Amino acid sequence: MKAEGTIDQQTRHGKLGLSDAQAIEIYRYMMMARKFDERSLLLQRAGKINFHVSGVGQEAAQVGAAFALDREKDYFLPYYRDYGFVLSVGMTARDLMLSAFAKAEDPNSAGRQMPGHFGSKRLRIVTGSSPVTTQVPHAVGVALAAKMKKQELVSFVTFGEGSSNQGDFHEGCNFAGVHKLPVIIMCENNQYAISVPVHKQLSGKISDRALGYGFPGIRVDGNDVLEVYAAVKEARERAIRGEGPTLIEAMVYRLSPHSTSDNDLAYRTKEEVDANWEKDGLPKYKQYLIDCGIWNEEQDQALQKECTEIMKEATEYADNAPYPSADDLLKHVFAGDGEDVQ
Amino acid sequence: MAMMEYIDAIRLAMKEEMALDENVFVLGEDVGVKGGVFTTTKGLQEIYGEDRVMDTPLSESAIAGVAIGAAMYGMKPIAEMQYSDFMLPATNQIISEAAKIRYRSNNDWSCPIVVRAPIGGGIFGGLYHSQCMESVFFGTAGLKIVAPYSAYDAKGLLKAAIRDPDPVLFFENKKCYKLIKGDVPEDDYVVPLGKANLLREGDDITVISYSLPLHFIMQAAEELEQEGITSHVLDLRTIQPLDRQAIIDAARRTGKVLIVHEDNLTGGVGGEVAAIIAEECLFDLDAPIRRLAGPDAPAMPINPPQEKAYMLNKDKVKAAMRDLALF
Repeated sequence: MKAEGTIDQQTRHGKLGLSDAQAIEIYRYMMMARKFDERSLLLQRAGKINFHVSGVGQEAAQVGAAFALDREKDYFLPYYRDYGFVLSVGMTARDLMLSAFAKAEDPNSAGRQMPGHFGSKRLRIVTGSSPVTTQVPHAVGVALAAKMKKQELVSFVTFGEGSSNQGDFHEGCNFAGVHKLPVIIMCENNQYAISVPVHKQLSGKISDRALGYGFPGIRVDGNDVLEVYAAVKEARERAIRGEGPTLIEAMVYRLSPHSTSDNDLAYRTKEEVDANWEKDGLPKYKQYLIDCGIWNEEQDQALQKECTEIMKEATEYADNAPYPSADDLLKHVFAGDGEDVQ
Repeated sequence: MAMMEYIDAIRLAMKEEMALDENVFVLGEDVGVKGGVFTTTKGLQEIYGEDRVMDTPLSESAIAGVAIGAAMYGMKPIAEMQYSDFMLPATNQIISEAAKIRYRSNNDWSCPIVVRAPIGGGIFGGLYHSQCMESVFFGTAGLKIVAPYSAYDAKGLLKAAIRDPDPVLFFENKKCYKLIKGDVPEDDYVVPLGKANLLREGDDITVISYSLPLHFIMQAAEELEQEGITSHVLDLRTIQPLDRQAIIDAARRTGKVLIVHEDNLTGGVGGEVAAIIAEECLFDLDAPIRRLAGPDAPAMPINPPQEKAYMLNKDKVKAAMRDLALF
């Protein structure tokens, strides 16, 4: 294995400016997200948590994007499947489990929101909601403010292809285009809006919509973590140069049902799902690392074991953590609420 | 102290707050070069530039949503909705987002935006340039809602709204813009949010209202005094959160309460005010609580007879006040 920080120009990741250690770190976060997802599903089925909405099959797009951003400066507006993304920018498995268990210590919302509704000012993960795509204008607003304050940073926002039909997507894109704002708008096109397949949602390509807003739109293979990385990296460079937004459509497939409340085989076939498991970005990337000679099965087993341990610890911690107090129901409706109550 | 129009007071509030805090900026349709369709922002772009007095695309949800994003970053945006009638595309941003950002993030994030929107009819604006939208947002916890009636209050309440750490809807009455003039201090004062204001003391009836109808009420009260009827008039100023104690005190003072607003009767702010009084003051009442409000027509027609029939005026208010006094 190459020493940390050195870049092998012969490899794909090396040509993109990633060291071997970074290439492996990317894989580590993809694996962590997958294990979190698997554990959450089990916990829901066991009746330990109420709900889980999965990101399985989208980890490559999420982690690839995160690594292309400045994780010390940029602002992030992820959507509810982005476990791989938020883990990559600093949220921990424990944080996510505290959210899944709706416990007081959950840094996202103190157990107020459903899982997958991320937020952390410390990590610049902007708080999100359930009505879809409202975060696109927010990302544009963050980019506008950063431009006004002459800060060299970008905002990065994601959403699904179903959401891309909402007015807020179009209004946000148009505003960003007019003002040439440093925002990266990435659709994780996972082919389904709950049960409605992509051909009943879209008659064209989402990436082509960028043309109408006056900025570049590109479609990438979302199962190819390095392709996503390259696209987001280039988009970030454009944004920082003052050249405005980029729309990226990452093509993925939602390998799981919409959520733990959904039976996906009511509207799609097992054969279709199985065929897409063959394209899963996680084993594909593992094989890439092995082919590069920087990863092997023993290391993979060790990583899986480590991730399983992390999930176990996170689960135990969150399970044992206290719920918020009913007395805090009205806390933080407005500034100062709950702080000066007698 | 200067005599100025209600609209000038609003403009002055923005001008002063933008001078005091570089994070304050205005965005909306036509707010820049034109200075707004009513001239509310006239001259501000010349002082503060295009970035801080920003013409936006015709896109209300983006105006609100971009303002929210900028506010979460640390700015203090003032988002102008050209008419409150056109703010419905932004309702999701205001109710699902702005109102819940502090609560849903457990105080981690906040959303200090002001959304300014003109309300009210009587200007031949027809169905979609005349509406009062406050009842759409009333009842959404996490939002503050303000509706000034005078030039003094318009400046002071807007300055307080801009400085407030939470989202505030500022409903300015478009008929008041040029019609209402008053003394406005040119120094830095605020009118605190959440506090009602007693405009007139009296012993026979209590009238509770906000925005334009207070002018009709004050004129009617003056005239009714000649008939020996004295009126206790409370301006809510902030309609969310309501100043419960001021409402209770005003109701107890006379035991006869009339609540007046231009927004539709059904589902309007008056129903909540009446409920507070019913809960807290039942044994102090000498008459049933009465409401005088816009009729439950979908909106205000443009033709003169129907617009007049829809609108409140001094005579309608005076008749309701006299009727209650004689109960």
